[in-house]
Amino acid sequence: MAPALLDVTDLACRRGGRQVFDRLSFVLGAGELLALTGRNGSGKTTLLRALALLVRPDAGTIRWHGAEIRAEPETWRGRLAWLGHLEGLKGDLSVRENLLVAERLRGAPPAEDRLDGALTAFDLAGLAARPVRILSAGQRRRVALARVVLSQAPLWLLDEPLNALDVPAQAAFRSALQNHLAAGGLAIAATHADLGLPAARALELGVAPSSTSPPGGGEGHETHEP
Amino acid sequence: MTGFIALVARDLRLVWRRPGDVAVVLAFFVVATVLFPLGIGPESNLLARIAAGVLWCAALFASLLSLDRLFAADYEDGTLDLLLLAPWPLELAALAKCLAHWIVTGLPLAVLAPFLGIAFGLDRPSLWALAATLFVGTPTLSLIGGLAAALTLGARRSGALLALLALPLCVPTLIFGAGAIETLAAGESFTTHLAILGALALVALATTPWAMAAALRQAGE
Amino acid sequence: MVDLHFLANPARFRRFSQRVLPSLSFATVLAFCVGLYFALVQSPPDYQQGETVRIMFVHVPSAWLSMAGYGLLAVLGAALLVWRHPLAALMARAAAPVGACFALVCLLTGSLWGRPMWGTYWVWDARLTSMLLLFFLYLGHIALSRAYDDPDRGDRAAAILALIGAINLPIIKFSVDWWNTLHQPASVARLGGPSIHPAILLPLLWMAGSFLLLFILLVLVRTETEIDRRRLENTDQIADQNA
Repeated sequence: MAPALLDVTDLACRRGGRQVFDRLSFVLGAGELLALTGRNGSGKTTLLRALALLVRPDAGTIRWHGAEIRAEPETWRGRLAWLGHLEGLKGDLSVRENLLVAERLRGAPPAEDRLDGALTAFDLAGLAARPVRILSAGQRRRVALARVVLSQAPLWLLDEPLNALDVPAQAAFRSALQNHLAAGGLAIAATHADLGLPAARALELGVAPSSTSPPGGGEGHETHEP
Repeated sequence: MTGFIALVARDLRLVWRRPGDVAVVLAFFVVATVLFPLGIGPESNLLARIAAGVLWCAALFASLLSLDRLFAADYEDGTLDLLLLAPWPLELAALAKCLAHWIVTGLPLAVLAPFLGIAFGLDRPSLWALAATLFVGTPTLSLIGGLAAALTLGARRSGALLALLALPLCVPTLIFGAGAIETLAAGESFTTHLAILGALALVALATTPWAMAAALRQAGE
Repeated sequence: MVDLHFLANPARFRRFSQRVLPSLSFATVLAFCVGLYFALVQSPPDYQQGETVRIMFVHVPSAWLSMAGYGLLAVLGAALLVWRHPLAALMARAAAPVGACFALVCLLTGSLWGRPMWGTYWVWDARLTSMLLLFFLYLGHIALSRAYDDPDRGDRAAAILALIGAINLPIIKFSVDWWNTLHQPASVARLGGPSIHPAILLPLLWMAGSFLLLFILLVLVRTETEIDRRRLENTDQIADQNA
């Protein structure tokens, strides 16, 4: 097993008076993928947002290479690539312009060949000059995935990455994800669907409460798939 | 720095693709200004007397019009999350948004207002004073308005609430901006007023980016 | 299971205020009785304004307290943002309408007081106009804190607004003063000592003290209500989840 790069210990989050998850712990090493599973509202998005420091957890630590990430939030943000429910694209800009802007906003304008490579990987070369607002939902999702790939960030945080993707696009995503992991990257993906990568570890959120456990509490149960 | 410039450039490019958004704000400025002679009467001495105040107030209202979309558009398409996740200070990102807003709103207003001032019978020096005070004063309006927009992001009745929050805070700028032109009409120099407007802009620059960033982080939670 | 995280400090506060409230109420009533005697009976009428000067005993303390109230909102805002103190949010929610009412009372009494002097109910002089703007800042704070479905979001947004508003208040006052100098200059808190006749100063300070006690009393009572309301909302939410 790869040495742990990301070490989450006893993470807890309350949202709107409700304990979303509590005492959540896991470790993730280079080249590993963590799949977050659980019902709607079990806290998958909240966990992703907490890891991205968008949401402030109430307890627990998140460590990268042993150092608490909250000590240097800006550096941490530079290590992330984020894919949320919303694509994060401007409708009036073209596909190419959106990708360029996204990279410039990360302070790192990409070389042309890398940009073309990302477009090709998701079969967007023909759509590169089109404004995003005319694209279908699946096409927009592909642009967002291209943005993630382009960022070359070590940690990918993905919320329902397979949403709206057709079969070829799912294959493209899987291939891109495998390349990322093979290069030593990490990924955490919240998903309803099977990611189709057998090496994934799974973390299930929002276990149903028994008659004795406190209401609204969610704890993580980690399972390793062979 | 790359990120700051990229953000300003992006917002300017977006406005360039939809120039109607800016045109509407400027049209509102003209219409609102024209209402005053219609409501008060076209007596030229009176109009020259109230011109500074009317034009400044109309500029203030016109600036507010486009503000509730300042962050809301980014919030709705998910790009606000990307700004929150950018590896450079959020305060600078908020500043970049306000700068872009000023370039497409405050700056055109400062250019347009003197032409309306002619219709109110202001003399040449007063017209220059009007342009100068608006040029120095409208950045403050963009910053305070940006703060109000960030505070009301996702709130109910955000448009009216934004105005309620922003307008009292804009009063000092309004007083010195309009007052400068009246001082000039009384035969004195208005450089003190201009200097105070500049100082107000600096105070806004020093305080609002921090507050905007704090408010935007709340919206991200 | 009860919401322990939320109850930590507010419960202690509630116990404290329950203990303090009876004696505080008694002290307030007593202070007002004495103060009103001084103000209405013992202090002399003004040689110019006659008996109407007595409105000052309500108008001036209201002004002071409305300004102090906004300062309180700013301090509570800082406490909320920096230390995430849950009580700060609730107390700010409680105090804002109280401060706003004092501002309104100041405006109304100022208007009534001015009527015999100015011949009209409103004059755009510096201090009344500044007070009017302070009233608007209060309204903004109240509206913003209640504009969100999530009360925490509203509390934190209002906290930021209170801090920015507090920084702006001296600027607003300075600019309105410049804009108009009709009102008589501030005659009590001046560096050379108060220029008000001692016969009026003492009752004025006493009345200010009485109003301060009233302010504290109202804020404590309202904070208790806010604690209860928040507790009720949390219980409702837990009940909904269990259903």
